[in-house]
Amino acid sequence: MNLQTDPSKGDASDGGQISEPDTDSIVVRFAGDSGDGVQLLGGQFAQATAVDHNSLATFPDFPAEIRAPIGTTYGVSAFQIKFGSRMIKTSGDSPDVLVALNPAALKVNYKDVRVGGLIVLDAGSFTERNLKKAGFEVDPRGDGTLGEYRTIEIDISALTLEATKPFDVTQKEALRGKNMWTLGLIYWMYDRTTAATEKFVAGKFGADSPVAQANIAALKAGHAYGETAEVSGEIQQTRVGDVEFPAGEYRLVTGAEALSWGLVAGCQLAGLDMTFCSYPITPSSPILHILSKLKNFGVTTFQAEDEIAAACSAIGASYAGTMGITASSGPGIALKTEAIGLAISTELPLIIVNTQRAGPSTGLPTKTEQSDLFLSVWGRNGDAPMVVLSAQSPADCFEAGIEAVRLATKYMTPVFLLSDGYIANAAEPWLIPSMSDYEPFPVSFRSETEGFQPFGRDDETLARPWVKPGTPGLTHRIGGIEKADGSGNISYDPENHQRMTDLRTAKIDGIAKDIPKQAVELGNEGGKLVVVGWGSTFGPINRAVANMRDAGLDVAHIHIRNLWPLPENLLELLGSYEKVLVAEMNNGQMLTFLRSQTRQDIDGHLKVTGQPLTIREVEEAIRARVEN
Amino acid sequence: MNVQVEPAKLKAKDFASDQEVRWCPGCGDYAILKAVQVALANMGAQPDNTVFVSGIGCAARFPYYMATYGFHTIHGRAPAVASGVKIANPDLDVWVVSGDGDSLSIGGNHLLHILRRNVDVQFLLFNNEIYGLTKGQYSPTSGLGQKSPSTPQGSIDAPIDACTFALGSNARFVARGIDIQAKELGHVFTRARDHKGASFVEIIQNCIVFNDDAFAHFTEKSIAKNSQIIVKHGEKLIYGAESNKGIRVKPGTFELESVTIGENGITEDDILIHDETNRVLAGLLVAMKPPEMPVALGVIYCDPATPYERAVKEQVEASVAANGVGDLDTLLRKGSTWTVS
Repeated sequence: MNLQTDPSKGDASDGGQISEPDTDSIVVRFAGDSGDGVQLLGGQFAQATAVDHNSLATFPDFPAEIRAPIGTTYGVSAFQIKFGSRMIKTSGDSPDVLVALNPAALKVNYKDVRVGGLIVLDAGSFTERNLKKAGFEVDPRGDGTLGEYRTIEIDISALTLEATKPFDVTQKEALRGKNMWTLGLIYWMYDRTTAATEKFVAGKFGADSPVAQANIAALKAGHAYGETAEVSGEIQQTRVGDVEFPAGEYRLVTGAEALSWGLVAGCQLAGLDMTFCSYPITPSSPILHILSKLKNFGVTTFQAEDEIAAACSAIGASYAGTMGITASSGPGIALKTEAIGLAISTELPLIIVNTQRAGPSTGLPTKTEQSDLFLSVWGRNGDAPMVVLSAQSPADCFEAGIEAVRLATKYMTPVFLLSDGYIANAAEPWLIPSMSDYEPFPVSFRSETEGFQPFGRDDETLARPWVKPGTPGLTHRIGGIEKADGSGNISYDPENHQRMTDLRTAKIDGIAKDIPKQAVELGNEGGKLVVVGWGSTFGPINRAVANMRDAGLDVAHIHIRNLWPLPENLLELLGSYEKVLVAEMNNGQMLTFLRSQTRQDIDGHLKVTGQPLTIREVEEAIRARVEN
Repeated sequence: MNVQVEPAKLKAKDFASDQEVRWCPGCGDYAILKAVQVALANMGAQPDNTVFVSGIGCAARFPYYMATYGFHTIHGRAPAVASGVKIANPDLDVWVVSGDGDSLSIGGNHLLHILRRNVDVQFLLFNNEIYGLTKGQYSPTSGLGQKSPSTPQGSIDAPIDACTFALGSNARFVARGIDIQAKELGHVFTRARDHKGASFVEIIQNCIVFNDDAFAHFTEKSIAKNSQIIVKHGEKLIYGAESNKGIRVKPGTFELESVTIGENGITEDDILIHDETNRVLAGLLVAMKPPEMPVALGVIYCDPATPYERAVKEQVEASVAANGVGDLDTLLRKGSTWTVS
């Protein structure tokens, strides 16, 4: 494989049909049948890459089915990783290397490969039957389909079987070692050792088990193959340099992990037990699984009978004095809207995590999108404002979780915490914080009976008191019917309804004073153009803006984390640019939202494909606005 | 010497809030409200520790009239909210008040699961076989043919029986009462509260405005004694104005029948003794309908099992015992980490 580059060319964007490969980063995509262990393969490689001091970003791309029929295109599972010797912020546009473990994987992925990129195929899986299942009328290896790429065919299936022959495993079990063989080869290609994966396999299956031994043999055989292949000049080894990471202890973390741990951290800083109630839904379920194992962290989890029960039981748990939290994705969030309204009306703390996925309706459950902005900011009956936060990367979910607890409890309000399928599943290196880095924000429950008013308000926050049932002398009733300011008794008084509406609005609006001012991620305040994003588009936008600035264009990057209320300076900041371009993965929700908040012209680059934005498309969108 | 000071025993009015009750004059809910307040006082319940959770409907206005903690939630979802309350604080005494529409129409799923899980609450289902608050539509317990604003030609829905549904949901305590029978209601409430686990109580309640006298065919004074049987564990299933009617299994079948003691050679020995731990018997008793059979009242089924929130707590405690109190700094560093110096 040739990663020859012209050193005189700058740090160009990756991907696309015409660009040169990046000298200091590589994009590899593994793809195979969903039974082929592609995710395991990718995850192991990511771990090894991280430990080797490369910066990296991953993008697991699952099919929706649990086990689609073998060899079909809708059963293809892929894992992309970009790694390099500079700070990597995206999982890459086009792969430099595609490893396709069957014809269907090739069919679905080959067009994404950079022109001149390398495709490694498992020749053994290219049977007539598999070709047909993949939808190839003719074998693509022979008819010029792959003409733009360098192709290496290796009978990975046969070589795996040979490597695993000495062990007491069935042929089916042996063939499952294909991903290990492939991993061994890829390790050799990027100069990594197999030791960590050997340890992982031994740990998973038991060091003495035939399955473990067979898998390790496959791993070593793939690695050895790389050695012999270099001798024959087919494949070259590549060393990607180290990144200068700030000193500290690191780990890989996915968004689901960081979010779960961030919520635990937030509750600890607030001095609260957590009651987490949710219902299984892709791609949010991992949060429930992770928290279920943390019962010794003051966490109680409850798998409710449906999405509405999940929200309602979280509300009951908050009413009783714990931090009630629920998590779901689009369709489940839609079900919860009435319950969220109840929490707004009764002014109880509640956190609702939305790991967004492609919609509408059932949509594409395993594909990422950020199309629930409207639902989050506006989606309740009545005038029902609440706080909306949006995490922008896997590691950022930790901070966002803490912030969600802080705001929910300080202001006695529900808080939406938006993530998405990409963030939830992708991994990135994380400088592990210490809990002593954070300022606690302990909750105080009211116990004073003198002058108690269930809907009396704090002068500064406008929050009402949080009273735990069981507290002597403070019995009172709350409910979703409009209530009188102060006493909380049911009130149909017209002026009271206006006053309560205004108070609920003011309470949330006032939070703008308690959140960070909007910063500019990259570039200057003021100028020709600013690209505005939110959520997981941080990586591609940031890289695209950086590249365009390097090319001499006057463009900046702003990324919004507080969607409601907006930071107090945001609109003024946007006003300092001649043009504002929102880039997002939906049909114009932030675009429409910002237009509703300002008279300034706002433009949009919108994509609704279930795939992340590419660096190249954002660059093109920037050029189009600046060069006009 | 240690002097134990017991909290002063309260009166029924200590459980009444200062809010003016707004049910229609003559509504059966007034009687139930009074019966609950009397029962709580007699049981030595403490307002500070008591929570009433309701859904939406006339019945659901209940918490506002109680001087306890109360949460008026959303239609059908009271059991879900109540489950969250109990899981968060198992020491609270939680009561759920819900109507037939709230519990068995929109709320059917949540009722099923709170009973199935056996969360320790007292679930009071006020069954008036109609939708009162929204002005008279038929409900899942309304009889076939019920005329209402949404069914002007009569309802074509076959109704469900609340207690049968509860047993089908694996409830461990099922009881039935009638709004105007204060003494029996009080007894049922006491048994319900003492029972550790979900206690399901169906209360036949008259809606004077939209479904008046729907239950007169077994509650009307002149026929009441012959149309109702108050079952008591360990006692014979005997009822009637002259206490000479009894329930037995119809020979050669799996059905119950009502027989008259002293006729056709029937003696007291033929009459069944109530066993509240027998689920099959309970299923037959709750299904008894007039005119052939009396309506079963009292504690029909009681066979306790571990309450849900206690099992939840035990798992939390087991995790702490096995792993120690969790330390986040340690957790974040678990697994593969690497250091950059």
